[in-house]
Amino acid sequence: MGVQTLPIDAALDVTTPRRSPSQLLEWLHGWVVTVDHKQLGLMYMLYAIVFLLVGGAEAIAIRIQLAFPNNLFLSPEVYNEMFTMHGTTMVFLVGMMYIFAFGNYLVPLMIGARDMAFPRLNAFSFWMSAFGGLLLYYSFIGGFGLYGMGGAPDVTWWAYAPLTAKAFSPGHATDYWALALIVMGFGTLGSAINIIATTLCLRCRGMTLLHMPLFVWLMFVTSGLILIVITPLTAAQIMLLIDRYLGGHFFDTQAGGSATIWMHFFWIFGHPEVYVLVLPAFGFASEIIPVFSRKAIFGYPAMVAASVGIAFVSLGVWAHHMFTIGMTSVGNAFFALSTMLVGIPTGIKIFNWLATLWGGKIRFATPMLFCIAFLFQFLIAGLTGIMLAVAPWDWQLHNSYFVIAHFHYVLVGAIVFNIFAAVYYWYPKVTGRMLSETLGKWHFWLFLIGFHVTFDTMHFVGFLGMPRSIYTYMPDRGWNTLNLIISLGGFVQGIAVLIFAWNLIYSWFRGKEAGNDPWDAWTLEWSVPSPPPPYNFATDPVVYSRRPLWDIKHPDDPDWKYEA
Amino acid sequence: MSAMPISRFAEPWVLPSRGRVAMLSLIIGESAIFTIFVVAYIYYIGRSLSPPAPAQVLDVPVLNTICLLSSSVTIWLAERQIERGKIKTFAVWWAFTIALGLIFIGGTAIEWHKLIVVDELTIRTNLFGTTFYSLVGLHATHVIVGLIGLSLILLFTLTGHVNERHAERIQVFALYWHFVDAVWVVVFTVVYIIGR
Repeated sequence: MGVQTLPIDAALDVTTPRRSPSQLLEWLHGWVVTVDHKQLGLMYMLYAIVFLLVGGAEAIAIRIQLAFPNNLFLSPEVYNEMFTMHGTTMVFLVGMMYIFAFGNYLVPLMIGARDMAFPRLNAFSFWMSAFGGLLLYYSFIGGFGLYGMGGAPDVTWWAYAPLTAKAFSPGHATDYWALALIVMGFGTLGSAINIIATTLCLRCRGMTLLHMPLFVWLMFVTSGLILIVITPLTAAQIMLLIDRYLGGHFFDTQAGGSATIWMHFFWIFGHPEVYVLVLPAFGFASEIIPVFSRKAIFGYPAMVAASVGIAFVSLGVWAHHMFTIGMTSVGNAFFALSTMLVGIPTGIKIFNWLATLWGGKIRFATPMLFCIAFLFQFLIAGLTGIMLAVAPWDWQLHNSYFVIAHFHYVLVGAIVFNIFAAVYYWYPKVTGRMLSETLGKWHFWLFLIGFHVTFDTMHFVGFLGMPRSIYTYMPDRGWNTLNLIISLGGFVQGIAVLIFAWNLIYSWFRGKEAGNDPWDAWTLEWSVPSPPPPYNFATDPVVYSRRPLWDIKHPDDPDWKYEA
Repeated sequence: MSAMPISRFAEPWVLPSRGRVAMLSLIIGESAIFTIFVVAYIYYIGRSLSPPAPAQVLDVPVLNTICLLSSSVTIWLAERQIERGKIKTFAVWWAFTIALGLIFIGGTAIEWHKLIVVDELTIRTNLFGTTFYSLVGLHATHVIVGLIGLSLILLFTLTGHVNERHAERIQVFALYWHFVDAVWVVVFTVVYIIGR
């Protein structure tokens, strides 16, 4: 490393520690001031899981309201707040947090480093994100503000202008929404910079770029993508606040401003954001599928190239969210074709995972079950994505429940399934104990059934013309039974998630001892004790191939003989 | 461990500097923010529904631009001095950089004062006002942040806390200043040449 270090006098603290008034307080204080990547990773994870439950509860409230026609469970105002908060929570407080939970915890361990490149920036980023989330939820109390109006944000998570103008959204709810996203945006930017610097500058000896585990590669690509897609959102939010507080006219159509430009700015962020969320999930699959197939990943360089390819293509597809606003046919054709182009690198990935499974000695442990479900569901999500990329098809189904079904297939069917897989896979490393396989199987099957009952059915109400964002519907539309089925599926998913939460708590105390390497895996994090000591590695590791632990376990047949 | 590839041990293991990587990443992120504001500015050129128009009120800030761009040269000279351990000449060039930055900010203040008081153009007057103050203000904010950083380093230098071991950190900070100057080239072109 080129950074110079100063000679530090008395680096070793030899004074006896003060007697603390309270052990608990001391322990809590330790978590608040920590700069350790593992503790911060755990805090990110806890945060994501808490908000997963909150966002899930909001989804359940939405589904109770829609289970029957003309239902009065939620008022229209509260319904709008619920789906706005559900979307914002799931994308920013769950999705972005899980990325950095795993990224923080695993990237330094996987590349043989002591910590992240900037530990204090890391802590700063976490607390920015954490307080951004609190700011968003504070709107439930503070949104009433001085005007006695508002409550939680109710402008949908894409917040189209001019609904967000002061005249149409009085009170402070929309401001809490914008400010919370700006604050979280800075936290995200800091974390992304940190992961890029860590990956490039702290790799242990022999960990060349093409020896890095695929999860590290995907976190690296994701962080690069974050640099250029979260920042446009920050810029757009600043413009929104200028409009709302300083009387600017960016999105004020009566003064010549444009509502369309907000759509462009939002989706320039919003579409790549989906890839920001899904790429780390691809990383999980790329780590878990080989280990449970007992084979090295198929086509490693192609996987790396496809990841970078997806990131590039994702930057040029945003206006497929806007086919119905009336673009030129050239615009429609461009965005339809660029969207379909995404299918090529993702297809490469799907085939590589299948080829990894092919001929493998597959172990159907819970992490692997979730990953296999992911493969099927992600394929279907991709297929409906290509359907929606066809502009005339989109004109028919835009803003219908077909679209909702499509993106929940990606966000839940692909991303959440892989997050669950990753939690089951790395929980032993983090806590030293295995998650219960029995509870895990219950969780998997209930969640799988609930997922398909809900989201498969949602495609059909979409075909039958049910639009999104409506708080109720007439009984004569023919949507009644399907909506009830969707809601029941939602409850099954809710029960499954509660089993998962119980499993996390139960196994913390009663789980089977894991040991260093319960899955017989190959990446560096499994070479250290579980949970890893604060210093990670007692001696700096040296690697010779993509599977350093395989080389150690099989000295007669090491990987580096075959890798280029 | 039979035959490890010994040759790889012999190779020196060189990794990029984390400071430079992080600063370049920050610059990429900041560029995206500026891009959005520049796109909004260009999109709204000539769409204001009420006066004043840019051509009526804007003067091309030639002196400001010369000062800010030449500050990139002076900071580069300072970077070279600190590498060689010449702290005094470093401090001189560094102080020059701050002075040039201050002239730029002062010039902007005078320009804004004239626009607000004489021409009665504020951020809420029309679309031009909104986009102009946002974009130029965003850049000016970056200049001010840069000036605070530059002044802190000057303070540390004058109190004797800076030596050639800090050359790299100072060069990393200078990257940010070069970025702020480069952005001005874009802002200047868009606001004072294309938009006027």
